[in-house]
Amino acid sequence: MANRKLSGSDIVIQCLVDAGVDTVFGYPGGAVLPIYDALFKQNRLKHVLVRQEGGAVHMAEGYARSTGKLGVVLVTSGPGATNAVTGLTDALMDSIPVLCLTGQVPTHLIGNDAFQEADTTGITRPCTKHNYLVKDVCSLAKVMNEAMYVAQAGRPGPVVIDLPKDVLINETSYDRAKKPYAIHKTYRPRKKGDQSQIKEAVELIANAKRPLFYCGGGVINSGPRGSKLLAEFVHMTGYPITLTLMGLGAFPAKDEKFLGMVGMHGTYEANMAMHDCDVMINIGARFDDRVTGLISEFSPGSKKIHVDIDPSSINKNVAVDIPIIGDCASVLYDMIKEWGGLQPCRDAKACAAWWSKIEKWRKRDCLRYNSSKELIKPQYALERLQILTENRDTYITTEVGQHQMWAAQFLKFNRPNHWMTSGGLGTMGYGFPAAIGVQIAHPKATVIDVAGEASFLMNIQEMSTAMQYRLPVKVFILNNEYMGMVRQWQELLYGGRYSESYTDSLPDFVKLAESYGAVGLRATKPSEVDDVIEEMLNNERFTVADIAIDKSENCFPMIPSGAPHNEMLLGPEDEAEKPVSEEGMVLV
Amino acid sequence: MEPIERHTIAVLVDNEAGVLARVTGLFSGRGYNIESLTVAEVDAESAISRITVVTSGTPMIIEQIKAQLDRLVPVHHISDLTDGGASVERELALVKVRGSGNKRVEALRVADIFRARAIDSTKNSFVFEISGSTAKLNAFINLMGPLGLVEISRTGAVAIARGAKGI
Repeated sequence: MANRKLSGSDIVIQCLVDAGVDTVFGYPGGAVLPIYDALFKQNRLKHVLVRQEGGAVHMAEGYARSTGKLGVVLVTSGPGATNAVTGLTDALMDSIPVLCLTGQVPTHLIGNDAFQEADTTGITRPCTKHNYLVKDVCSLAKVMNEAMYVAQAGRPGPVVIDLPKDVLINETSYDRAKKPYAIHKTYRPRKKGDQSQIKEAVELIANAKRPLFYCGGGVINSGPRGSKLLAEFVHMTGYPITLTLMGLGAFPAKDEKFLGMVGMHGTYEANMAMHDCDVMINIGARFDDRVTGLISEFSPGSKKIHVDIDPSSINKNVAVDIPIIGDCASVLYDMIKEWGGLQPCRDAKACAAWWSKIEKWRKRDCLRYNSSKELIKPQYALERLQILTENRDTYITTEVGQHQMWAAQFLKFNRPNHWMTSGGLGTMGYGFPAAIGVQIAHPKATVIDVAGEASFLMNIQEMSTAMQYRLPVKVFILNNEYMGMVRQWQELLYGGRYSESYTDSLPDFVKLAESYGAVGLRATKPSEVDDVIEEMLNNERFTVADIAIDKSENCFPMIPSGAPHNEMLLGPEDEAEKPVSEEGMVLV
Repeated sequence: MEPIERHTIAVLVDNEAGVLARVTGLFSGRGYNIESLTVAEVDAESAISRITVVTSGTPMIIEQIKAQLDRLVPVHHISDLTDGGASVERELALVKVRGSGNKRVEALRVADIFRARAIDSTKNSFVFEISGSTAKLNAFINLMGPLGLVEISRTGAVAIARGAKGI
C-alpha cells in the first residue's frame, strides 16, 4: 500500500495498527473528532470509552503493566489533556510505557486562548518522558513511530503527542514503515552491561558473607526473561532476596529464598537483612525513600552493586560501589555466565550463619496480627482472598493507602505482571481503572482491585465503563470509613487529631453497584468473608464487595519516617516507646 | 557535607521547539542551580544547538545533572568542561557608562587596561564591549560603578576544550 493519500487521523490509526496496538482508551471531544470519525470507519482498533480522561491513562497503565505492551490513550484538547496529567505523572514515576494522543486546537489558533486550548506540551513536559507537538501532517507518521519507540525503549515512560485538529484533517502520502523503527538519532539506551563491571560484581557476589538481592520493577520491565533469569541466579547463589513494592512478582513469593517486601511497610526480616548485609545486589530498583528509610544510616556496612538501565538512577540517592548500566535481563544473563560453575554460597560457613540470623528475624513473625471473631481484620480478609484465588489466573491492582500495603504483605505474587499498584506517585484512584485495563487485556482472567473506600471514590465514575464492556472486574473494598493511612499517621505523629480523615456520607456500595446493574456484596463479620469472596469470584459479572473491616487497625510493621531499617515498629505496642524524631516529622 | 563545585557543561541538542524549556525545566524541577546559560545554533545543516550551562553543586549533584541531561531525548552529547581537562571559557558583556569630564576620561582609561572597546559613543556616554573570564568582567563592572555605570548586558559563559579534539 505504497503512497496512498491518508488524512492525519487515518495515519494515527494506521501507525498504531502497524505497531501492533489493538486497544485505545479514550474520550472524545471537539479537537479529536476527526480521529473519532476515522475510528468509526474501521474495525482494527478497539476503542474503550472511559468516563473521565484520568481513568483512561490508568487503564492504559494497567493494560501495559499486565501485558508488557504499550498502553495507548486518546483524549481531546484542553481539559481532556489536563485530566490526563495525573496518570501521565504516575506512568513516569513507575516507568510504564504509555502513548497519550491529545487533541489540540488548529495550528493557526495555537496561542490565541482558543476554546479548549491548553499548552499541553508545556504542561506535560515535566510529567512525560518526552512529548511532541505535530505541526505538519507530513511529519506525523515519523513522530508516531518515534514516540512509540521512545515510550518503550530503555526505561519506559509516558509520551504525549499533541495533535492540532488541522493536522488530523490534512492529507499526505503514507508509506508503511518496513521495519518497526529505525535507529533513533539521539536516544539509544544502553542494554548490555559493561563486562568488566559485571566480572567485578560477580566476584564481589561470590565472596559475600552476608549477601542480599534487592530487586525492583526494572526486572519486570525487562520482560518475563528477566524474572526467569533472576530466579535462576538467586538459586545459583543460594542467597536471600527481597523485592520492592514495584518488584513484587519478579521472584516467586512462595520461594523460601524470598524474605518478603522491603521498605517502610516491608517485613522485619527483609529490612533487617538490608541493614546488616555486606553485599547488596540491587537489580532494577532505585533506592526510593520508601525503601531506604533514613539515608545516612541506610545499610551502613554493605558494598553495593546497582544494575539499572537508567544512568540517572545510579548514585542519585545512595552512592554505590559497582554501578552497571544495562537492561536487567541482559545483565543477569551475563552475571549467570560469569558465575559459571561456582557453587552456591562459596563461603558456606558465613552463608549458613547469615541464613540462621535471617531465620531468627523471620521467627519474629512480623505480619502477625490480633485476630478477632467479631471484627473483620483487613489482614484476615486478604489472607482469605489469597487462599481462595490461589487456583485462578489472578491479577491484582490496588488503590493507595493501608489496603495497598496490606495487599503487598498478604497477597503472594509468584509471576511478574500480575501486580499493578501505584508506587512512585501514590495515586489514589489508580486501582479501579487499572483493573479495567487489565481485564480488557485478559478477558478470561480474575482481576481484583483491592481498594479502600476513599480511593475507590476517586475514580468511581469508571463503574459505567466496567458495565458497558461487560467486564467482570472485582472491587474488593477494605472499608474502614477512614483515609486509613492518613489516620494512621495522625495517630502516630499528630496526637490522634484526625483532621479531615474520616470519610463521611459514603454511599451504600451494594446499592450503588446494583444501580449500575452490577453485583454488590457485603461482609460485616469474619464468618461472612469466605462466602462473599466465593460469590464474588464465582460470578461472571462486575462485582463490588464491601468488606467492613476493623476501623482502628493500623498497618505494621512500619519504619517510622526518619528512622533506619533496624528500628521498625512491629505493632501497636511499639508505638509509645519510640517517638518519631523531629527530623522524621518533616518527611512524608 | 561534600564541597560545592562549579562546573561548566556543554550540551549539544536538536534545535527544536521546546528544547530549552526541557533543559531549564529540568534544572528548576529538580532544584539544581543555573549560574548562567547560553544557547545558539552551531550547526545549521543538522539543526544542532549548543547550550553552555554553568552550574554548581556537590559532586553527586553534578553527576546527577549530567545523567539527567543525557536522558533528555533531544540531547546528542554532554561534555563536562570542568572535569574533562583544560578548557577556555569566555563571556561577553556590553556595558553602558554615562559621565563627563574626569570620570569620562577615567572610564576610557580603565577600559583600555581591560582591553574593552568602545563600540558606541555620545557626548556623555560610552558602550563598552568586553570579553574574558567571568571574574574579569565582574572586576571591570565594579570599576565602572562609580564612573557612571548605567546598564549591563552579559551573555553568560561559553566554553570549549583546549587542544585539537572536538566534542
